[in-house]
Amino acid sequence: MPSFVIDEKCDGCKGGDKTACLYICPNDLMVLDADRMKAFNCEPDMCWECYNCVKICPTQAVEVRGYADFTPLGASVVPMRGSEEIMWTVKFRGGTIKRFKFPIRTTPEGEAKPDGGFGVGSGTLDDQILYTEPASLREDKLWTLGD
Amino acid sequence: MQEFKTVEVTTDFLVIGAGMAGAGAAVEGGYWAKENNLKITVVDKAAMERSGAVGMGLSAINQYQGDNSPVDYLSYVRQDLMGLCRDDLVMDISRHVNGSVHMFEGFGLPIWKDGEGNYVHEGRWQLMINGESYKAIVAEAGKTAVGIENVIERVFVLRLLLDKNDKNKVAGAIGFSVRDPEIYVFKFKACLACSGGAVHVFKPRSTGEGLGRAWYPPWNAGSSSYLTTTAGAEMTSQEVVFIPGRYKDAYGPVGAWFLLFKAAATSATGFNYMAEGLAEGGELHNWPPYGKVKPIPTCLRNHLMMIEMYQKGDGPIFIHTDKAIAKIAEQAPDEKAYKKEMKKLEAEAWEDFLDMTISQAILWASKDVFPEEGPSEIMPSEPYFIGSHSGASGAWCSGPEDIQTEESKKEYFWGYNRMTTVKGLFAAGDGVGLSSHKFSSGSFTEGRIAAKAAIKYCVENPEMPEFDSAEVDKLKELVVLPLKHYEEHTAYTTLGTTNKKYDMPVEEVNPNYITPKMAIFRLNKIMDEYVAGWGSQYNCSAITLNIALDLLKLLKEDLPKLAARNLHELMRCWENVHRVQIAEAHTRHKLFREETRWPGYYYRSDFRKMDEDKWGKVFVNSVYDAEKDEFTMLTKPLIHLVDIKEVVGM
Repeated sequence: MPSFVIDEKCDGCKGGDKTACLYICPNDLMVLDADRMKAFNCEPDMCWECYNCVKICPTQAVEVRGYADFTPLGASVVPMRGSEEIMWTVKFRGGTIKRFKFPIRTTPEGEAKPDGGFGVGSGTLDDQILYTEPASLREDKLWTLGD
Repeated sequence: MQEFKTVEVTTDFLVIGAGMAGAGAAVEGGYWAKENNLKITVVDKAAMERSGAVGMGLSAINQYQGDNSPVDYLSYVRQDLMGLCRDDLVMDISRHVNGSVHMFEGFGLPIWKDGEGNYVHEGRWQLMINGESYKAIVAEAGKTAVGIENVIERVFVLRLLLDKNDKNKVAGAIGFSVRDPEIYVFKFKACLACSGGAVHVFKPRSTGEGLGRAWYPPWNAGSSSYLTTTAGAEMTSQEVVFIPGRYKDAYGPVGAWFLLFKAAATSATGFNYMAEGLAEGGELHNWPPYGKVKPIPTCLRNHLMMIEMYQKGDGPIFIHTDKAIAKIAEQAPDEKAYKKEMKKLEAEAWEDFLDMTISQAILWASKDVFPEEGPSEIMPSEPYFIGSHSGASGAWCSGPEDIQTEESKKEYFWGYNRMTTVKGLFAAGDGVGLSSHKFSSGSFTEGRIAAKAAIKYCVENPEMPEFDSAEVDKLKELVVLPLKHYEEHTAYTTLGTTNKKYDMPVEEVNPNYITPKMAIFRLNKIMDEYVAGWGSQYNCSAITLNIALDLLKLLKEDLPKLAARNLHELMRCWENVHRVQIAEAHTRHKLFREETRWPGYYYRSDFRKMDEDKWGKVFVNSVYDAEKDEFTMLTKPLIHLVDIKEVVGM
């Protein structure tokens, strides 16, 4: 069932201001059973297996079991996402385990400045120069037909 | 039924959808709005941090010009789309895109660098990235640019409202919250339709639990197209679908394997269809001039695959990962260097999946697939509508004034860059037709271009337009109709023991309504069997297309009988309304263009050849009259702004 929630690990994010998986799912699949404070995937066959619910869960309660119509059982792919890198553990059906670590961003979270560090350029509302240009292009000027 | 409250939002410029194009619009629009004391608001069906097609992440940026010129990029795009693209739009994105990529790096996106500090290219236009957080990083910049208080999440915009005094001008939009019983009514001077492409119009190959494993995300329900079409905007190239050939079932990316690792693909018995197709007398020479030149257009690569699979019965198609890895290993000077190189390659290959199609990693792990030990199957997917990749469907938009000839200016320019034919209605990303191959970086760039032009429009058209409030009242009732319908009729048939909000035991059977899931299956079956889905081996004819139109008419008549048990299903109902619109437009466009221009995307079995004389110099456009429910088909001239002397490859 694509992403699923492990009952005993989920607390519905009761200590937070929002339930993390409900907040993030791009397809609005996660639902909170408020009586039990447990989240669940209400429409597994519309899950893209994008793993955003898995990555964001503060209690590691969400995992993915590959689509049942073509994925044999027994494997798992589990991420641990930090602020600068992500660690993946890939467990094969036959027992092989592979681990990978990749960087995810070079700036601290919240520090993505809209101008990308290029400042305001020379454009006005009446021309085609975007607001960080030409500096962000690393050129002197914007190309036009005939150049 | 629970009471719905109305939330009214008045702004100057509304960005509808906050994927890559919407994030670009936020970054650029945020600046120009502030400069001109205007208000910009962003609305998203999901959470901007991970919404849109890049929500899972990406392993590459597919459009970066580097030192190539916009004319070089145009040569590649024109070739790939079998001649059909808008030169002005393609070159416009191309001239700005480097700047957007440099900004991504500034935001904090890790782009691979070599020892000398240069970007690592996957191909001529593609850069390798550590893109797990690509969307989150870009969204963060967008949110900061407009201010978090101006980002409205989990609101699904359903339809645009027109000016009551000028039916060719937008004035607002209506939607609802997918989390709370609230109808949203937006009032604005200009808006940007950048709400993604369309998936699940055609039947996917997996229809059980794997229904959601489309190559493009299942939440892309054709909303860009619906919003622009039903507002009366002229649409273009709705016949052009995109069908990616990817690893079977999970649709994992093959780009790194083909471009970086130089893997070859063959039929089951080893026929190298691409090399043989290119060789003298090969199949590609039947599709001049595009088939004769490298890079082989995407549709023709599919076409060669389909000949092996369907005509010769020599499927499946294999990608020889093992041989590619062995070849790389052979070049290593010694065992130690080999092991080091292999470890690096293995991490690169797995990152390619883990960054953007994690399902493929699960599938390989669950089947104990080791790419160095043997080949894997690749397969063409079901058709998608995606203006940003090797597809072309979308709104017919004005281009920039400075990239025009005297002749093209009359046809391709009407005041504001990326404005549709409806005043104040702009489009970007998958919402724009014929500016193909913009991918993530180009979509962001197009969002920036459109947002700047939209702010200019707001400055020059300062009066707030007005919509008809009686029409809004009618629409408000329509929005919640599926909930009302369910409530009125659900007691008619028996239903399990539970009636919990999201926990139904079975798909309900009731003669008074259809559930959103059954509606999508009904649409998928029509499109698959009559409009050239994989089930008909991508074949259609005037006869099958007309049958489809009859069946779509019946489906449209039944859409008011959609039933929703909760807000989530209400969203699904409306997504299907959006899908059916593009399905019909697509079918009509396919019927109108009497040729086979994109073999490998679809075949008109009654017109098996490409007809350059009749169809090679025109785009197929359409205009929809929402009041009469009628399409008008027309053509627009294809004007080349530059001569391409040589096609620049991948």
